[in-house]
This record gives sequence, C-alpha cells and structure tokens, in this order.
Amino acid sequence: MKYEAVIGLEIHSELKTTTKIFCGCKTAFGAEQNTQVCPVCLGLPGVLPTINKKVVEFAVKAGLATNCTINKYSKFDRKNYYYPDLPKNWQTSQYDLPIAEHGHVDIEVNGEKKTVRLTRIHMEEDAGKLVHSGNTIKDSAAGSFVDYNRTGVPLIEIVSEPDMHSAAEARAYMEKIKAILEYIDVSNCRMEEGNLRADINVSLRPVGSDKLGTRTEMKNINSFKALEDAINYEIERQQEVLEDGGKIIQETRTFDPERGVTLSMRSKENADDYRYMPEPDLPPIVMTDEEIESYRRELPELPDAACLRLQNELGLSAYDAGVLTASRQTAQYFDAVLKTGADAKLAANWIMSDLAKNLNAAEITIDQSPVDAKRLGEMILLISKGTISSKIGKKVFAEMWDGNTDSAEKIVADKGWVQITDTGAIEQIVKEVIAKNEKAVADYKNGNKKAIGALVGQVMKASQGKANPQTVNELLTKLL
Amino acid sequence: MKIIEQPAHVLHDMLVKKELSAKELTDAFFASIDKSEDTLGAFVTLMRGKAGKDASIIDAKIAQGEELPYFAGIPVAIKDNICTKDVKTTASSKILENFVPPYDATVMTKLYDQNAVIIGKANMDEFAMGGSTEHSAYHITRNPHDLSRVPGGSSGGSAAAVAGGEAVCALGSDTGGSIRQPSAYCGVVGLKPTYGRISRYGLIAFASSLDQIGPITRDVTDAAYMLNAVCGHDKMDSTSLKEKAPDFTKALVADVKNLKIGVPKEYFADGIDPQVEEKVRSAIKSFAELGAKITEISLPHTKYAIAVYYIIAPAEAATNLERYDGVSYGVRVPGKDVPEMMINTRSQKFGAEVKRRIMIGNYALSAGYYDAYYLKALKVRTLISQDYVEAFNKVDVIMTPTAPTPAFKLNELTGDPLKMYLQDICTVPANLAGLPAISVPCGVNSQGLPIGLQIIGRALDEETLLRAAYTFETAQGIPFAVPELNNAEGGASV
Ligand SMILES: [Zn+2]
Repeated sequence: MKYEAVIGLEIHSELKTTTKIFCGCKTAFGAEQNTQVCPVCLGLPGVLPTINKKVVEFAVKAGLATNCTINKYSKFDRKNYYYPDLPKNWQTSQYDLPIAEHGHVDIEVNGEKKTVRLTRIHMEEDAGKLVHSGNTIKDSAAGSFVDYNRTGVPLIEIVSEPDMHSAAEARAYMEKIKAILEYIDVSNCRMEEGNLRADINVSLRPVGSDKLGTRTEMKNINSFKALEDAINYEIERQQEVLEDGGKIIQETRTFDPERGVTLSMRSKENADDYRYMPEPDLPPIVMTDEEIESYRRELPELPDAACLRLQNELGLSAYDAGVLTASRQTAQYFDAVLKTGADAKLAANWIMSDLAKNLNAAEITIDQSPVDAKRLGEMILLISKGTISSKIGKKVFAEMWDGNTDSAEKIVADKGWVQITDTGAIEQIVKEVIAKNEKAVADYKNGNKKAIGALVGQVMKASQGKANPQTVNELLTKLL
Repeated sequence: MKIIEQPAHVLHDMLVKKELSAKELTDAFFASIDKSEDTLGAFVTLMRGKAGKDASIIDAKIAQGEELPYFAGIPVAIKDNICTKDVKTTASSKILENFVPPYDATVMTKLYDQNAVIIGKANMDEFAMGGSTEHSAYHITRNPHDLSRVPGGSSGGSAAAVAGGEAVCALGSDTGGSIRQPSAYCGVVGLKPTYGRISRYGLIAFASSLDQIGPITRDVTDAAYMLNAVCGHDKMDSTSLKEKAPDFTKALVADVKNLKIGVPKEYFADGIDPQVEEKVRSAIKSFAELGAKITEISLPHTKYAIAVYYIIAPAEAATNLERYDGVSYGVRVPGKDVPEMMINTRSQKFGAEVKRRIMIGNYALSAGYYDAYYLKALKVRTLISQDYVEAFNKVDVIMTPTAPTPAFKLNELTGDPLKMYLQDICTVPANLAGLPAISVPCGVNSQGLPIGLQIIGRALDEETLLRAAYTFETAQGIPFAVPELNNAEGGASV
C-alpha cells in the first residue's frame, strides 16, 4: 500500500518585547541565571499578572500578517500541569478564545504553490530552564536546577492545520512563518536561542484516504535540518510499522539530532488533563475595529508582496525574487544595495552568488556580513560604469570581505585596478599579443572565429585584467 | 476610660492632642496581648520589635509637630494571608511555615504610608478556607465573648484581636463571608467592599474572582477611615477598579430618611436561629422608625448560591494553590527526585480542609466534568448577580442576618463540613455578585453572644452602606467594650 504523510506544526515564537508578558522584568537573552526575575514571574504567594500591551500588539500583527481573523474578545486561561520550570504550576495561555484564528499562508515547493491553513495563534508565557544533575528529572538525585530568567517571556503559538505532506513542505511553511515574523519585526526568530521552535505532528494514511491516521508528536525542534530529519525519519518509521502490520501508538517522541532518530518518550494514552480554567486575575482582551485597523496600517510589506514587487518592478525572475525576499535581512540588504543606484539584476547576482557563497562558508547571516550593502552597491556601480570589469569586481569584493574597510573606489585606485579604456594603450598590448601568437591568429584567419577568445584572454592577462574587454574585442577584430 | 477599648478615631485625637504617646498606646496593647493572647490565640506572629520602633518614630514626628496621618500610631492586626515584607506570612499553613515575603502587599504599603503600627499577623483558617479558624495549622482562636466558642472565620484572628482588646482594628479578607461572619460572631464591624475596590496585590489568593480585602473595626467610623486608607486603583492588580474612590467618611451621616430597604425572604428561611431572626428583624424595624422604607423582596436564585460558591471557589483555589510545591520557597519535604518531593510536600504540608477543596476544585475542572460543574456554576453566578441588579432597581440596600446562627462551639461542626459550608449562606451571594456588604452588631442573644446585621449595597455604593450602618449604630448608642475573658475553659493551644 502507498502511504501519504500528514503533517501539522505548532510553532512557538518568542516575541521581541523588552519586558516579560506579565511583569516588568527584562527578556534579554544570555543574562546571568535568575537575575531577570521578580515576585510576579517567580509566582510568589500573593502576586498578580498585568498584561504587557506590546504582546497583544505583536500577536495581533502576527495574526493579520498570516491572514487570520482577529478575535475582538479573547481571554487568558490557566493550563495546569506540574513541572518545576513552571513556578505557578500552570502556564498562562489561551484556550477557547485565542487572539487570532482561521489564517493561511502560501508556500512553494519545487515550483508548486500550496496554501497551508492556520488554525489559530494564541499568546502564552514561556517556562524557565531546567538543568538536571542526571539525564532527566527522574534520575537526578543530586539535584535539578532551574533558571527563571525565561519564565514569563512572551510567546505566540502558531498552530497549523495538518495541510503538509512532506518534510520539504513543512520546512517551506516554517521558513515562511519565520520570514513573516521577521518582516513584521515581532520576533528575533533566532532558532539557536530557542526563539523559534516547533512541535511536529506526523501521521500516515493510505493515499486517497481522507481519514487521519494515529499521529505522533515531536516537541521543541529548533532547526530546519532537525525539522526535515525528524519528519523523514518518522515517516519511514511509521511506514515500516504499518507495513509490518503494526499499529502506530499515539505518543510524544523526542528527536535526537545527532543520531537522526526519534525515540519514544511517553505514551499519550493516559492523556494529560490540563484542567483549563479562565484566568480570573486578567480581564478579557477587548479589541475595537479601529485598533485592529491601526495595527494593520502599521504592517510593513510582507514577503509575498515584496517577491511580487521584485518581479514586476525590477524584472527579476520568480526564483531570484523568492530567494531575495525569503528573509527580511536579505530583502533589506538588497534594498540597501539598490539605494546606491546599483543595477537590480547585477545586485541580485552578486548577493545570490559571491556574497551567499562567502556567508555560507563563514556560517554567518547577511546582517553580519563584513561587506555592507552600501559598499557592495558602490562596487557594483563601478562595474556598471566600466571603471572595473566583473573580474576585478571579484577581487575588490574579496579585498573587502577580508577586512579592507575602504570604499570600493579607493581600493580600486590604491591597487591600480582601474580599467584601461584608453584605446591607444590597449592597442599597444593587442599588437604585441598578435605578434606573439601566430598560431591563434592563423586559426582565426582560417575561419575559426573562436580562436579570438584565446587572444582576448592573452590581452586581459597582459593588462592584469584591467583592459576593458569590449574595447579589446573591437580592436582585435579590427587589427586582425 | 480604657485605652484598649477605644476606636481609632478617638485614639487619633488623643495622639494629636498629645494626651497619649504612640509608644504608650502600643505598650498598652502589648500588655493586653500578654494578658489575653494565651487564651485567645488571635495571632500567628507578633511584631513586638518592629511595632515598638515604629511607635517611637511616630512619637518623634508628633514631637516635631508633624501632621499625623489618620492611622499614625494606631495598632493594627493583619490577617496572615496578606504579604508583609520581611515578616513571616504563613496563611496559617504548614506549607508556608518559613515563608518571608520579599515584598509588601499594596494594602501594607498604604498602611505604612499612614504610619500605622502593625502589631502582628492574625490567625485564620488555612488559606482562608473555613468559617471557624479551627482549620489553622497552628492553633485555634477563641471567641472573646465565649471562650468555648469559635470566633468565626476565616478572619477569626483579626476579629478576635479587635474584639478582645489586642488590636484597634484589623485587615481581613472575605471570599465567602470571611470578614463579615467573624465580625458578627465577635460583635465588631466588618466591611467587604465592592470587588476591585481594594487591591489584591499581595493577598495570598484563595479564589481570585471572589477574594476581597476589607477592614474589621470597632465602629462604623473606623471602617470608613480604614477603607479610605487602603482603597484605590492599583496598576499591579488588573482587576482593581479604575473608579476614583470618594471620601467615605463623608458618608458618616445619621440619616436614613426615605432610604429604601429590601428584605429578601430567602434569607429568613430554614435553618435560621430564632433569636438571630428576632434581632435582625428588630434592627430593620428601627430603620423604619428612623424614616426608612422597608419592602420585602425576592432573590430567587439565592438557594443555588452555596452550591455555586463551592464549585467556583475550590476550582480557583485548586489552581491558585498549585504553586506550593517546595521547589523555590516554603517548606520542602524531600523525595527521591523532584516529582516525589513535590508530592511529599503537598501531601504532608496541606491540611485536610485545604486538600478537600483542592480535590473538589480539580474534580470540577476535569475534562468531561467542566461543562456540568464549573461552566454551569459560572452561568448560575450570572443569574444570582442579575437578581441583585433587579432588586437594586427597587431598593437602595438589602438587609439580612450576617450568619444564620451566633458563634458555634469549638469542634461543633468540624466533623460535618457540609453543615460548616451552610454557615456561609447569607454572606456568599455578595461575593458571587461582587457587591459591597457590611456586618454591624445588632445586639446579643440570651447567652450574650453577638449577632450581626448584614447590609448589602449596590456595586461601588459603600457610602450608602456606611450611612445606614452609621445611623443604626448611632441610634443604638451602645459603645464598643472588650468583654471579660473569664469564661475560659483552658489555653488556646489544643
Ligand atoms: Zn518578573
């Protein structure tokens, strides 16, 4: 039997507010343990929460940017479960009246467009961080430790419908969500810091069936690679179980990124009862149409719109436009390059080839690039103006990448890389090359027009790459 | 005249006129505590050292001729579920036996701004769950009017301290009657303001949507002054009301002419003690004689109030009390790992009544039962509130007994939780509807046990309550007195 995978994602995203969701403590990452805490986020007896309005704003914007309906009346609930990283032993979350519902985003995989529906977006607080002396809380007789700095950092949980059918689709969806959250500037989306993490639900069903199979859940996946690996492994594992006539057990499994396998963690058969209760200490969140519309007006251009603009206004291919707008940082970098007056297609090529290659090799992101957008743009302008050739451009770029902080123009001048456009000077070199390369000249004259390539190469070499290639071509043709 | 019998407004005048120093006043109360506390057991923690120091500071201010805030130098007792910075706050539970809050409740900040002298943390039923103070994990508290009887609860320590000459006034908290019922049993004035009138920040939560802090005082005048001192919007409490509070002492006017009083028949039904009914009806009659208009009204959903309350309050309590797990504060009972430690701590350090309510609450919130219990209770709560909205279209205040009986005997009801719960029948509806209500003494029964008249008002209309209560108190003209503690049957520790 052929099986089809059915995949749904619950994406947790930390919002980039400066203070926590229910108290005034700072949210900065990496502070010394238990220094960003107060009676409220420590859940001491007698404390009460107060809502950080920025959190509501960010959640509404995330909802609007993913085509959700914003609920004008929403509320917080207590999700009760005992765990020592949760000082109150409940998580303040939203249960039946989340801030946003019924959204969708478009993704593209292998040139195929697809829509993934969003069930809901809700606000909640993050828990603290546990450090065990053993491997788990159950085998840590020497103690477990908890850092409450992260307790109360605001999160939104974005829940998708089970609309994805492959690891590639799940990845594309998560990339799109990440891009949107970055564009609207509500989350840092630094996956390595846990800003953005996903719980994955995977089930299989016979192709053609519209009934959902039993699903398993993998929690806290925090890289795209782990996301794809976990899904692929789980699809294969479930397929083997089913093909051997077995049954999938509904359970939570952990993903071990090093071994690339998922492992059974706990069975969901005695499912947790969270005993949800409306949070009596927080009044409901009531939004007016005016407030919602004012948040909508504050939204910047979103990735899909930016992608279309690059195609329609700048004439870029759909592929190039897609790559350049996939992350907010890249799109902003590209826009900044264009601000210098650089040609769009040239700029696109430079960003997607030389810059991308260097960034990948150095494992840094575009906003950490040693070559900033302005200097790259100025270098591209020099090429367009004919001051340097593309080849020299690569040398200038390498110089800048390696730490030369001068402008492209100064580097070219200092190094004497200015392109020779003086016809007299080039003619002198051309004549010398013709004199020294009798065979190639003869080939050319015998009708092998391609032989001129070798001659051009010799002239360029002799000029240390500085001769204007077009002038070289013209002169060679004339003199031959 | 006995200093320890005076209300705050009398003592304030004496301090201003330098007829008395704050130190003398504090010393007088600690002398009284030394004499009575072994018998009464009103306190969990006494703050002798800090109180003495604070009194000296106030005397220095008096010497410098500084203007004195109203509660400057006045010895006040604080229920032990109100967080006091650097002073142990246990909620009368073993699980918080060693808990010293690093912060002050908003009401404490306000009282300290008034230069009040805090003399101690008053005993209570553990986590405010109970109506007799017998559920304190530490010791019982006795009723100063009859030492064989309970002081009521859960603010029993606060009421007994005020009645027994151990504090001039006190703060209590009221979730289903926990200020009014002990005030009635102990013959003092107890006011539960409108929900949200006083910040709950720093009040150890029992049932968040019902809890309200309020004053327990020797007369209505002090209740108005104390409400003035501690009320007001607090940005730390999202449920605290934005409305600006009036000066409640302006309501202290002896005039009830044309005041429309509703008497709900449902509050005088089965189970009410005949002497309580007689005293309350005669109090209502005296209002008529003072020019008020009395009408019988009906609050038909009253009969569901206890059932609704005993679903909503335990459900909220079940989650509010989840934080006591031994992890980062409070008492910890070790275990082989963290989960076992949490289980050991909670099962060994919560008392039986607290565990009972946690069980009830979790049951009501469980999947499959939520709609039938919790959700339905919320709906009936709305109906109970609507009864009051309709009633207040016709009348200005509603008068009822505060409790169906006078103070009962120690151990009389501890074996019968349901009967204990029914003691809340008259007080619970005001919490469910969020309305202000006051209990004022309206006489004693044939055994000399105090009886309380409850007056319930419109939301935010504490002024009319205070005016009615003040008028009644003035007409009665019986000054507050501390009873002789001579009918003791033994020490407070049992
Ligand atoms: Zn905090």
